[in-house]
Amino acid sequence: MAGYLEMVKLNKTYETPHGPAVIVQDFDLELQRGEFVTLIGHSGCGKSTVLAMVAGLSTLSDGAVVVAGKEIDGPGPDRGVVFQSACLLPWLSAFDNVMLGVAKVFAHGTPSERHDIVEHHLGVLGLGDSMHKRPAELSSGMRQRVGIARAFALAPRVLLLDEPFGMLDSLTRLELQDLLLGIWERNKITTLMVTHDVDEALYLSDRVTMMTNGPAARVGEILDVPLPRPRDRASLLETDDYYELRGRLIGFLEGQEFERAAHSSAA
Amino acid sequence: MSFLELEGVCKGFGQAGSRTEVLRNISLSLEEGEFLAIVGFSGSGKTTLISLIAGLTKPDAGSLRLAGQPITGPGPDRGVVFQNYSLLPWLTVRGNVMLAVRKVYASKSRGEQLEIADRYIDMVGLTRARDKHPAELSGGMRQRVSVARGLSTDPRLLLLDEPLGALDALTRATLQDEIERIWRRERKTVVLITNDVDEAILLADRIMPLRPGPGATLGPSFPVSLDRPRDRAAINHDPRFKKIRNEVTQYLMKAGAAHRPGACRPVVALPDLQPLKLAAPRPRSI
Repeated sequence: MAGYLEMVKLNKTYETPHGPAVIVQDFDLELQRGEFVTLIGHSGCGKSTVLAMVAGLSTLSDGAVVVAGKEIDGPGPDRGVVFQSACLLPWLSAFDNVMLGVAKVFAHGTPSERHDIVEHHLGVLGLGDSMHKRPAELSSGMRQRVGIARAFALAPRVLLLDEPFGMLDSLTRLELQDLLLGIWERNKITTLMVTHDVDEALYLSDRVTMMTNGPAARVGEILDVPLPRPRDRASLLETDDYYELRGRLIGFLEGQEFERAAHSSAA
Repeated sequence: MSFLELEGVCKGFGQAGSRTEVLRNISLSLEEGEFLAIVGFSGSGKTTLISLIAGLTKPDAGSLRLAGQPITGPGPDRGVVFQNYSLLPWLTVRGNVMLAVRKVYASKSRGEQLEIADRYIDMVGLTRARDKHPAELSGGMRQRVSVARGLSTDPRLLLLDEPLGALDALTRATLQDEIERIWRRERKTVVLITNDVDEAILLADRIMPLRPGPGATLGPSFPVSLDRPRDRAAINHDPRFKKIRNEVTQYLMKAGAAHRPGACRPVVALPDLQPLKLAAPRPRSI
Protein backbone atom coordinates (compact mmCIF):
# COMPACT_ATOMS: atom_id res chain seq x y z
CA MET A 1 0.00 0.00 0.00
CA ALA A 2 1.31 3.41 -0.94
CA GLY A 3 1.88 5.80 1.92
CA TYR A 4 -0.05 8.99 2.52
CA LEU A 5 3.15 11.01 2.57
CA GLU A 6 5.94 9.58 0.46
CA MET A 7 9.48 10.82 0.18
CA VAL A 8 11.12 9.09 -2.75
CA LYS A 9 14.88 9.27 -3.24
CA LEU A 10 15.11 12.83 -2.00
CA ASN A 11 18.40 14.46 -2.87
CA LYS A 12 19.73 17.87 -1.97
CA THR A 13 22.95 19.06 -3.51
CA TYR A 14 24.44 22.53 -3.51
CA GLU A 15 26.96 23.59 -6.12
CA THR A 16 30.09 25.02 -4.52
CA PRO A 17 33.38 26.23 -6.04
CA HIS A 18 34.87 22.94 -4.82
CA GLY A 19 32.30 20.80 -6.57
CA PRO A 20 28.82 19.69 -5.47
CA ALA A 21 28.10 19.41 -1.74
CA VAL A 22 25.69 16.53 -1.12
CA ILE A 23 23.55 17.30 1.94
CA VAL A 24 20.88 14.63 1.62
CA GLN A 25 21.24 11.53 -0.54
CA ASP A 26 18.52 9.08 -1.57
CA PHE A 27 16.31 9.73 1.42
CA ASP A 28 13.36 7.32 1.34
CA LEU A 29 10.50 7.36 3.83
CA GLU A 30 6.77 6.60 3.76
CA LEU A 31 4.17 7.71 6.28
CA GLN A 32 0.77 6.05 6.52
CA ARG A 33 -2.26 8.24 6.99
CA GLY A 34 -2.57 9.34 10.61
CA GLU A 35 0.95 8.32 11.48
CA PHE A 36 3.27 10.41 13.66
CA VAL A 37 6.90 10.00 12.62
CA THR A 38 9.94 11.83 13.99
CA LEU A 39 13.26 12.41 12.30
CA ILE A 40 16.09 12.40 14.79
CA GLY A 41 19.78 13.08 14.26
CA HIS A 42 22.60 15.36 15.30
CA SER A 43 22.50 19.04 14.50
CA GLY A 44 23.58 19.74 10.96
CA CYS A 45 22.75 16.25 9.66
CA GLY A 46 20.15 17.49 7.19
CA LYS A 47 16.91 16.80 9.10
CA SER A 48 15.56 20.27 8.55
CA THR A 49 16.54 20.16 4.87
CA VAL A 50 14.36 17.08 4.41
CA LEU A 51 11.47 18.81 6.15
CA ALA A 52 11.91 21.97 4.07
CA MET A 53 11.80 19.88 0.88
CA VAL A 54 8.58 18.20 2.00
CA ALA A 55 7.16 21.63 2.86
CA GLY A 56 8.07 22.78 -0.64
CA LEU A 57 10.21 25.56 0.79
CA SER A 58 13.41 24.08 -0.57
CA THR A 59 13.70 22.68 -4.08
CA LEU A 60 14.64 19.05 -4.63
CA SER A 61 17.84 18.29 -6.49
CA ASP A 62 16.32 14.92 -7.31
CA GLY A 63 13.47 12.69 -6.14
CA ALA A 64 9.85 13.40 -5.35
CA VAL A 65 7.49 14.17 -2.49
CA VAL A 66 4.00 12.74 -2.83
CA VAL A 67 1.08 13.75 -0.60
CA ALA A 68 -2.13 11.74 -0.89
CA GLY A 69 -1.09 10.38 -4.27
CA LYS A 70 -0.16 13.73 -5.78
CA GLU A 71 3.37 14.98 -6.30
CA ILE A 72 3.96 18.31 -4.64
CA ASP A 73 5.30 21.30 -6.47
CA GLY A 74 6.08 24.12 -4.05
CA PRO A 75 4.53 25.01 -0.70
CA GLY A 76 0.78 24.82 -0.03
CA PRO A 77 -1.76 24.92 2.78
CA ASP A 78 -2.19 21.14 2.59
CA ARG A 79 1.06 21.01 4.59
CA GLY A 80 1.11 23.02 7.81
CA VAL A 81 4.54 23.94 9.11
CA VAL A 82 5.65 24.87 12.63
CA PHE A 83 9.14 26.29 12.79
CA GLN A 84 11.63 26.40 15.64
CA SER A 85 10.81 30.03 16.31
CA ALA A 86 7.16 30.88 15.88
CA CYS A 87 7.79 33.25 12.92
CA LEU A 88 4.81 35.48 13.74
CA LEU A 89 4.25 38.87 12.19
CA PRO A 90 5.13 41.23 15.03
CA TRP A 91 2.60 43.92 14.10
CA LEU A 92 -0.36 41.52 14.19
CA SER A 93 -2.09 40.08 17.25
CA ALA A 94 -2.09 36.34 17.89
CA PHE A 95 -5.61 36.25 16.46
CA ASP A 96 -4.66 38.10 13.27
CA ASN A 97 -1.57 35.97 12.78
CA VAL A 98 -3.73 32.86 12.71
CA MET A 99 -6.44 34.59 10.65
CA LEU A 100 -3.93 35.39 7.89
CA GLY A 101 -3.95 31.84 6.55
CA VAL A 102 -7.51 31.03 7.63
CA ALA A 103 -8.82 33.92 5.51
CA LYS A 104 -7.28 32.32 2.40
CA VAL A 105 -8.02 28.69 3.04
CA PHE A 106 -11.58 29.27 4.28
CA ALA A 107 -12.36 32.13 1.88
CA HIS A 108 -15.61 30.32 1.00
CA GLY A 109 -16.86 30.42 4.61
CA THR A 110 -18.65 33.25 6.40
CA PRO A 111 -16.71 35.79 8.48
CA SER A 112 -18.20 34.36 11.64
CA GLU A 113 -17.11 30.84 10.66
CA ARG A 114 -13.59 32.07 10.05
CA HIS A 115 -13.67 33.89 13.37
CA ASP A 116 -14.72 30.70 15.13
CA ILE A 117 -11.99 28.65 13.43
CA VAL A 118 -9.32 31.02 14.71
CA GLU A 119 -10.81 31.31 18.16
CA HIS A 120 -11.27 27.57 18.46
CA HIS A 121 -7.63 26.79 17.77
CA LEU A 122 -6.26 29.55 19.99
CA GLY A 123 -8.60 28.38 22.73
CA VAL A 124 -7.49 24.75 22.41
CA LEU A 125 -3.91 25.92 22.85
CA GLY A 126 -4.79 27.74 26.06
CA LEU A 127 -4.57 31.23 24.56
CA GLY A 128 -8.19 32.19 25.14
CA ASP A 129 -7.16 35.16 27.29
CA SER A 130 -4.26 36.26 25.12
CA MET A 131 -5.78 36.23 21.63
CA HIS A 132 -5.48 39.93 21.09
CA LYS A 133 -1.93 40.32 22.33
CA ARG A 134 0.93 40.93 19.98
CA PRO A 135 3.89 38.54 19.86
CA ALA A 136 6.08 40.93 21.89
CA GLU A 137 3.60 40.69 24.78
CA LEU A 138 3.75 36.88 24.82
CA SER A 139 6.34 34.56 26.35
CA SER A 140 8.31 32.33 23.96
CA GLY A 141 6.18 29.35 24.96
CA MET A 142 2.98 31.26 24.20
CA ARG A 143 4.32 32.45 20.84
CA GLN A 144 5.06 28.88 19.93
CA ARG A 145 1.48 27.97 20.88
CA VAL A 146 0.28 30.58 18.38
CA GLY A 147 2.53 28.98 15.74
CA ILE A 148 0.96 25.58 16.44
CA ALA A 149 -2.56 27.03 16.39
CA ARG A 150 -1.80 28.64 13.02
CA ALA A 151 -0.72 25.31 11.54
CA PHE A 152 -3.70 23.34 12.87
CA ALA A 153 -6.20 26.06 11.90
CA LEU A 154 -5.62 25.41 8.19
CA ALA A 155 -6.76 21.79 8.61
CA PRO A 156 -3.70 20.55 6.70
CA ARG A 157 -3.34 17.00 5.37
CA VAL A 158 0.17 16.82 6.71
CA LEU A 159 1.76 18.57 9.65
CA LEU A 160 5.47 19.35 9.47
CA LEU A 161 7.18 20.29 12.72
CA ASP A 162 10.76 21.53 12.61
CA GLU A 163 12.09 21.31 16.19
CA PRO A 164 9.06 23.27 17.35
CA PHE A 165 10.09 23.14 21.02
CA GLY A 166 13.83 23.45 20.54
CA MET A 167 14.05 27.00 21.84
CA LEU A 168 11.87 26.52 24.92
CA ASP A 169 13.00 25.69 28.43
CA SER A 170 12.71 22.00 29.20
CA LEU A 171 9.59 22.31 31.37
CA THR A 172 7.66 24.45 28.90
CA ARG A 173 8.73 21.90 26.30
CA LEU A 174 7.08 19.09 28.26
CA GLU A 175 3.95 21.17 28.62
CA LEU A 176 3.69 21.85 24.89
CA GLN A 177 4.42 18.22 24.06
CA ASP A 178 1.39 17.24 26.15
CA LEU A 179 -0.70 19.87 24.44
CA LEU A 180 0.42 18.84 20.95
CA LEU A 181 -0.20 15.19 21.70
CA GLY A 182 -3.68 15.99 23.03
CA ILE A 183 -4.67 17.83 19.86
CA TRP A 184 -3.06 15.23 17.65
CA GLU A 185 -4.91 12.38 19.38
CA ARG A 186 -8.16 14.12 18.46
CA ASN A 187 -7.60 14.59 14.72
CA LYS A 188 -4.67 12.27 13.93
CA ILE A 189 -3.12 14.46 11.28
CA THR A 190 -0.25 12.73 9.50
CA THR A 191 2.80 14.33 11.10
CA LEU A 192 6.50 14.48 10.35
CA MET A 193 8.54 16.07 13.11
CA VAL A 194 12.21 16.93 13.34
CA THR A 195 13.80 16.82 16.78
CA HIS A 196 17.03 15.95 18.50
CA ASP A 197 15.33 15.22 21.81
CA VAL A 198 15.16 11.47 22.41
CA ASP A 199 12.39 11.68 25.02
CA GLU A 200 10.31 13.93 22.81
CA ALA A 201 10.64 11.53 19.87
CA LEU A 202 9.55 8.53 21.95
CA TYR A 203 6.71 10.24 23.73
CA LEU A 204 5.09 11.54 20.57
CA SER A 205 5.74 9.21 17.70
CA ASP A 206 4.69 5.91 16.19
CA ARG A 207 8.07 5.53 14.52
CA VAL A 208 11.42 7.24 14.98
CA THR A 209 13.58 7.62 11.89
CA MET A 210 17.23 7.99 12.78
CA MET A 211 19.28 9.92 10.26
CA THR A 212 22.95 9.34 9.63
CA ASN A 213 25.33 12.27 9.95
CA GLY A 214 25.76 14.45 6.93
CA PRO A 215 27.15 15.05 4.39
CA ALA A 216 25.00 12.78 2.23
CA ALA A 217 22.59 12.02 5.08
CA ARG A 218 20.04 9.27 4.65
CA VAL A 219 17.80 7.06 6.77
CA GLY A 220 19.97 5.11 9.21
CA GLU A 221 17.54 3.02 11.22
CA ILE A 222 13.83 3.12 11.90
CA LEU A 223 12.56 2.33 15.38
CA ASP A 224 8.94 1.30 15.95
CA VAL A 225 7.47 2.78 19.11
CA PRO A 226 4.78 0.29 20.11
CA LEU A 227 3.81 2.19 23.27
CA PRO A 228 0.02 2.24 23.68
CA ARG A 229 -1.99 5.41 23.03
CA PRO A 230 -3.29 7.65 24.41
CA ARG A 231 0.03 8.07 26.14
CA ASP A 232 0.48 9.31 29.64
CA ARG A 233 3.95 10.56 30.49
CA ALA A 234 3.86 9.56 34.13
CA SER A 235 3.04 5.91 33.53
CA LEU A 236 5.24 5.75 30.43
CA LEU A 237 8.25 6.86 32.43
CA GLU A 238 7.66 3.93 34.79
CA THR A 239 7.80 1.22 32.12
CA ASP A 240 10.93 -0.71 31.19
CA ASP A 241 9.86 -0.72 27.51
CA TYR A 242 10.28 3.01 27.44
CA TYR A 243 13.80 2.91 28.81
CA GLU A 244 14.75 0.11 26.46
CA LEU A 245 13.63 2.15 23.44
CA ARG A 246 15.38 5.18 24.89
CA GLY A 247 18.58 3.19 25.24
CA ARG A 248 18.42 2.11 21.59
CA LEU A 249 17.97 5.67 20.35
CA ILE A 250 20.77 7.01 22.53
CA GLY A 251 22.96 4.12 21.38
CA PHE A 252 22.40 5.03 17.74
CA LEU A 253 23.10 8.73 18.31
CA GLU A 254 26.23 7.99 20.30
CA GLY A 255 27.43 5.67 17.55
CA GLN A 256 26.94 8.48 15.03
CA GLU A 257 28.79 10.84 17.33
CA PHE A 258 31.65 8.39 17.64
CA GLU A 259 31.83 8.09 13.85
CA ARG A 260 31.83 11.84 13.46
CA ALA A 261 34.63 12.22 16.00
CA ALA A 262 36.64 9.53 14.21
CA HIS A 263 36.06 11.36 10.91
CA SER A 264 37.11 14.75 12.16
CA SER A 265 40.26 13.44 13.82
CA ALA A 266 41.15 11.63 10.60
CA ALA A 267 40.63 14.79 8.57
CA MET B 1 21.91 26.59 62.36
CA SER B 2 22.37 25.90 58.67
CA PHE B 3 25.05 27.37 56.45
CA LEU B 4 22.63 29.24 54.21
CA GLU B 5 19.24 30.22 55.58
CA LEU B 6 16.39 32.00 53.86
CA GLU B 7 13.31 32.78 55.89
CA GLY B 8 10.06 34.17 54.55
CA VAL B 9 11.76 35.98 51.67
CA CYS B 10 9.43 38.05 49.44
CA LYS B 11 10.37 40.11 46.43
CA GLY B 12 8.31 42.10 43.94
CA PHE B 13 8.90 44.68 41.23
CA GLY B 14 7.04 47.76 40.02
CA GLN B 15 5.10 50.63 41.54
CA ALA B 16 2.28 50.24 44.01
CA GLY B 17 -0.89 49.46 42.07
CA SER B 18 0.84 47.65 39.17
CA ARG B 19 3.20 45.73 41.39
CA THR B 20 4.08 42.16 40.52
CA GLU B 21 5.06 39.85 43.30
CA VAL B 22 7.78 37.53 42.00
CA LEU B 23 8.74 35.48 45.04
CA ARG B 24 6.49 34.79 47.99
CA ASN B 25 7.54 33.46 51.35
CA ILE B 26 10.65 31.59 50.25
CA SER B 27 12.32 29.62 53.02
CA LEU B 28 15.16 27.18 52.64
CA SER B 29 18.19 26.01 54.54
CA LEU B 30 21.31 24.49 53.14
CA GLU B 31 24.13 22.66 54.92
CA GLU B 32 27.76 23.35 54.19
CA GLY B 33 29.02 21.20 51.29
CA GLU B 34 25.52 20.47 50.02
CA PHE B 35 24.57 20.72 46.34
CA LEU B 36 21.02 22.04 45.94
CA ALA B 37 19.21 22.36 42.62
CA ILE B 38 16.23 24.67 42.25
CA VAL B 39 14.16 23.68 39.21
CA GLY B 40 11.46 25.80 37.63
CA PHE B 41 9.89 27.16 34.44
CA SER B 42 11.51 30.14 32.80
CA GLY B 43 10.00 33.33 34.15
CA SER B 44 9.14 31.80 37.50
CA GLY B 45 11.60 33.94 39.47
CA LYS B 46 14.67 31.70 39.64
CA THR B 47 17.11 34.45 38.71
CA THR B 48 15.53 36.83 41.23
CA LEU B 49 16.18 34.23 43.91
CA ILE B 50 19.85 33.89 42.92
CA SER B 51 20.24 37.68 42.84
CA LEU B 52 18.89 37.87 46.37
CA ILE B 53 21.33 35.24 47.64
CA ALA B 54 24.15 36.93 45.73
CA GLY B 55 23.20 40.20 47.42
CA LEU B 56 22.59 41.94 44.09
CA THR B 57 19.03 42.82 45.14
CA LYS B 58 17.37 43.19 48.50
CA PRO B 59 14.25 41.38 49.68
CA ASP B 60 11.01 43.24 50.45
CA ALA B 61 10.49 41.03 53.47
CA GLY B 62 12.22 38.12 55.17
CA SER B 63 15.84 37.43 55.95
CA LEU B 64 18.83 35.80 54.28
CA ARG B 65 21.80 34.57 56.31
CA LEU B 66 25.07 33.01 55.23
CA ALA B 67 27.10 31.32 57.97
CA GLY B 68 25.01 33.15 60.53
CA GLN B 69 25.64 36.61 59.07
CA PRO B 70 22.84 38.54 57.31
CA ILE B 71 23.40 39.02 53.57
CA THR B 72 23.48 42.78 52.93
CA GLY B 73 25.28 43.00 49.59
CA PRO B 74 27.50 41.08 47.19
CA GLY B 75 30.77 39.66 48.49
CA PRO B 76 33.63 37.34 47.53
CA ASP B 77 32.27 34.63 49.82
CA ARG B 78 29.74 33.96 47.05
CA GLY B 79 30.74 33.20 43.46
CA VAL B 80 28.15 33.54 40.70
CA VAL B 81 28.10 31.93 37.25
CA PHE B 82 25.53 33.56 34.99
CA GLN B 83 23.75 32.07 31.98
CA ASN B 84 25.11 34.79 29.66
CA TYR B 85 28.71 34.30 30.89
CA SER B 86 29.15 38.04 31.62
CA LEU B 87 32.78 38.18 30.44
CA LEU B 88 34.56 41.42 29.58
CA PRO B 89 35.13 41.23 25.82
CA TRP B 90 38.38 43.24 25.82
CA LEU B 91 40.08 40.95 28.34
CA THR B 92 41.61 37.54 27.62
CA VAL B 93 40.53 34.36 29.41
CA ARG B 94 43.29 34.94 31.91
CA GLY B 95 42.44 38.65 32.20
CA ASN B 96 38.81 37.85 33.02
CA VAL B 97 39.77 35.39 35.74
CA MET B 98 42.52 37.69 37.07
CA LEU B 99 39.98 40.45 37.52
CA ALA B 100 38.34 38.44 40.29
CA VAL B 101 41.58 37.01 41.68
CA ARG B 102 43.25 40.44 42.03
CA LYS B 103 40.32 41.78 44.04
CA VAL B 104 40.09 38.89 46.44
CA TYR B 105 43.79 38.15 46.82
CA ALA B 106 44.95 41.78 46.77
CA SER B 107 47.68 41.08 49.35
CA LYS B 108 49.33 38.36 47.27
CA SER B 109 52.11 39.00 44.75
CA ARG B 110 51.31 39.14 41.04
CA GLY B 111 53.08 35.85 40.54
CA GLU B 112 50.93 34.15 43.14
CA GLN B 113 47.78 35.70 41.68
CA LEU B 114 48.66 34.41 38.21
CA GLU B 115 49.33 30.99 39.66
CA ILE B 116 45.86 30.92 41.23
CA ALA B 117 44.18 32.11 38.03
CA ASP B 118 46.04 29.54 35.94
CA ARG B 119 45.15 26.72 38.31
CA TYR B 120 41.43 27.33 37.77
CA ILE B 121 41.84 27.89 34.03
CA ASP B 122 43.54 24.51 33.93
CA MET B 123 40.76 22.95 36.00
CA VAL B 124 38.20 23.84 33.33
CA GLY B 125 40.56 22.71 30.56
CA LEU B 126 41.28 26.08 28.97
CA THR B 127 45.05 26.32 29.44
CA ARG B 128 45.65 26.36 25.70
CA ALA B 129 43.09 29.14 25.19
CA ARG B 130 44.41 31.24 28.08
CA ASP B 131 45.37 34.25 25.96
CA LYS B 132 42.27 34.27 23.75
CA HIS B 133 39.49 36.82 23.93
CA PRO B 134 35.83 35.81 24.50
CA ALA B 135 34.95 36.49 20.85
CA GLU B 136 37.42 33.79 19.80
CA LEU B 137 35.76 31.18 22.03
CA SER B 138 32.72 28.95 21.58
CA GLY B 139 29.75 29.27 23.94
CA GLY B 140 30.89 26.25 25.92
CA MET B 141 34.41 27.65 26.31
CA ARG B 142 33.06 31.01 27.45
CA GLN B 143 30.99 29.30 30.09
CA ARG B 144 34.11 27.45 31.25
CA VAL B 145 35.82 30.82 31.74
CA SER B 146 32.87 31.95 33.78
CA VAL B 147 33.06 28.78 35.91
CA ALA B 148 36.81 29.28 36.41
CA ARG B 149 36.23 32.88 37.47
CA GLY B 150 33.45 31.83 39.84
CA LEU B 151 35.70 29.24 41.52
CA SER B 152 38.94 31.24 41.49
CA THR B 153 37.99 33.39 44.46
CA ASP B 154 37.45 30.23 46.50
CA PRO B 155 33.92 31.27 47.51
CA ARG B 156 32.15 29.48 50.34
CA LEU B 157 28.96 29.37 48.28
CA LEU B 158 28.78 28.92 44.53
CA LEU B 159 25.65 30.17 42.76
CA LEU B 160 25.02 28.73 39.29
CA ASP B 161 22.23 30.54 37.42
CA GLU B 162 21.23 28.27 34.52
CA PRO B 163 24.90 28.08 33.59
CA LEU B 164 24.36 25.60 30.75
CA GLY B 165 21.03 26.81 29.42
CA ALA B 166 22.45 28.46 26.31
CA LEU B 167 24.55 25.49 25.22
CA ASP B 168 23.76 22.61 22.86
CA ALA B 169 23.01 19.21 24.36
CA LEU B 170 26.44 17.67 23.81
CA THR B 171 28.41 20.60 25.23
CA ARG B 172 25.96 20.74 28.10
CA ALA B 173 26.58 17.08 28.93
CA THR B 174 30.36 17.60 28.89
CA LEU B 175 30.14 20.60 31.20
CA GLN B 176 27.72 18.83 33.54
CA ASP B 177 30.26 16.05 33.96
CA GLU B 178 32.94 18.64 34.58
CA ILE B 179 30.91 20.52 37.19
CA GLU B 180 30.21 17.22 38.96
CA ARG B 181 33.92 16.35 38.93
CA ILE B 182 34.98 19.76 40.22
CA TRP B 183 32.30 19.67 42.90
CA ARG B 184 33.46 16.29 44.16
CA ARG B 185 36.98 17.69 44.46
CA GLU B 186 36.20 21.10 45.95
CA ARG B 187 33.10 20.22 47.98
CA LYS B 188 31.69 23.72 47.74
CA THR B 189 28.20 24.51 48.85
CA VAL B 190 26.32 25.00 45.59
CA VAL B 191 22.94 26.37 44.58
CA LEU B 192 22.16 25.46 40.97
CA ILE B 193 19.25 27.06 39.15
CA THR B 194 18.03 25.08 36.15
CA ASN B 195 14.96 24.19 34.12
CA ASP B 196 16.37 20.77 33.29
CA VAL B 197 15.23 17.99 35.63
CA ASP B 198 17.87 15.57 34.31
CA GLU B 199 20.63 18.07 34.98
CA ALA B 200 19.37 18.57 38.53
CA ILE B 201 19.29 14.82 39.19
CA LEU B 202 22.76 14.32 37.76
CA LEU B 203 24.36 17.01 39.89
CA ALA B 204 22.43 17.71 43.07
CA ASP B 205 22.03 16.14 46.50
CA ARG B 206 18.58 17.64 46.78
CA ILE B 207 16.07 19.21 44.38
CA MET B 208 13.53 21.88 45.25
CA PRO B 209 10.96 22.83 42.62
CA LEU B 210 10.02 26.48 42.30
CA ARG B 211 6.28 26.73 41.68
CA PRO B 212 5.69 29.24 38.87
CA GLY B 213 4.82 32.81 39.79
CA PRO B 214 3.64 35.49 40.10
CA GLY B 215 4.22 34.92 43.76
CA ALA B 216 6.43 31.87 43.22
CA THR B 217 6.89 29.57 46.19
CA LEU B 218 9.26 26.68 46.80
CA GLY B 219 7.90 23.15 46.73
CA PRO B 220 9.02 20.24 48.91
CA SER B 221 12.58 18.88 48.89
CA PHE B 222 13.28 15.81 46.76
CA PRO B 223 16.50 14.15 47.97
CA VAL B 224 18.59 12.53 45.22
CA SER B 225 19.97 9.32 46.67
CA LEU B 226 22.02 8.19 43.65
CA ASP B 227 25.65 7.25 44.35
CA ARG B 228 28.45 9.45 43.07
CA PRO B 229 30.17 9.72 40.71
CA ARG B 230 27.00 9.57 38.63
CA ASP B 231 27.29 8.19 35.15
CA ARG B 232 24.63 9.53 32.82
CA ALA B 233 24.38 6.30 30.83
CA ALA B 234 24.30 4.03 33.86
CA ILE B 235 21.72 5.98 35.90
CA ASN B 236 19.29 5.54 33.02
CA HIS B 237 18.73 1.98 34.21
CA ASP B 238 18.57 2.86 37.88
CA PRO B 239 15.01 2.60 39.22
CA ARG B 240 15.78 5.41 41.70
CA PHE B 241 16.61 7.68 38.75
CA LYS B 242 13.33 6.84 36.99
CA LYS B 243 11.41 7.42 40.19
CA ILE B 244 12.78 10.82 41.08
CA ARG B 245 12.73 11.97 37.45
CA ASN B 246 9.07 11.15 37.33
CA GLU B 247 8.23 12.67 40.71
CA VAL B 248 9.93 16.00 40.09
CA THR B 249 8.63 16.30 36.53
CA GLN B 250 5.06 15.52 37.56
CA TYR B 251 5.21 17.94 40.45
CA LEU B 252 6.34 20.75 38.17
CA MET B 253 3.90 19.95 35.38
CA LYS B 254 1.00 20.02 37.84
CA ALA B 255 2.22 23.26 39.38
CA GLY B 256 2.60 24.75 35.88
CA ALA B 257 -0.90 23.74 34.75
CA ALA B 258 -2.45 25.23 37.90
CA HIS B 259 -0.86 28.58 37.12
CA ARG B 260 -1.72 28.78 33.44
CA PRO B 261 -4.27 31.54 32.86
CA GLY B 262 -6.95 31.09 30.23
CA ALA B 263 -6.30 27.37 29.92
CA CYS B 264 -9.61 26.37 31.44
CA ARG B 265 -11.89 28.66 29.45
CA PRO B 266 -14.52 26.94 27.32
CA VAL B 267 -13.41 26.64 23.70
CA VAL B 268 -15.53 27.82 20.76
CA ALA B 269 -16.85 24.93 18.65
CA LEU B 270 -15.17 24.37 15.31
CA PRO B 271 -17.43 25.04 12.30
CA ASP B 272 -17.78 22.19 9.82
CA LEU B 273 -15.88 23.63 6.89
CA GLN B 274 -13.39 21.99 4.52
CA PRO B 275 -10.28 23.92 3.48
CA LEU B 276 -9.92 25.09 -0.11
CA LYS B 277 -7.25 23.45 -2.23
CA LEU B 278 -4.90 26.28 -3.03
CA ALA B 279 -1.89 26.07 -5.28
CA ALA B 280 1.17 28.06 -4.33
CA PRO B 281 3.82 29.46 -6.63
CA ARG B 282 6.85 27.24 -6.99
CA PRO B 283 9.81 28.74 -5.13
CA ARG B 284 12.74 29.85 -7.19
CA SER B 285 15.78 27.63 -7.01
CA ILE B 286 18.18 28.58 -4.24
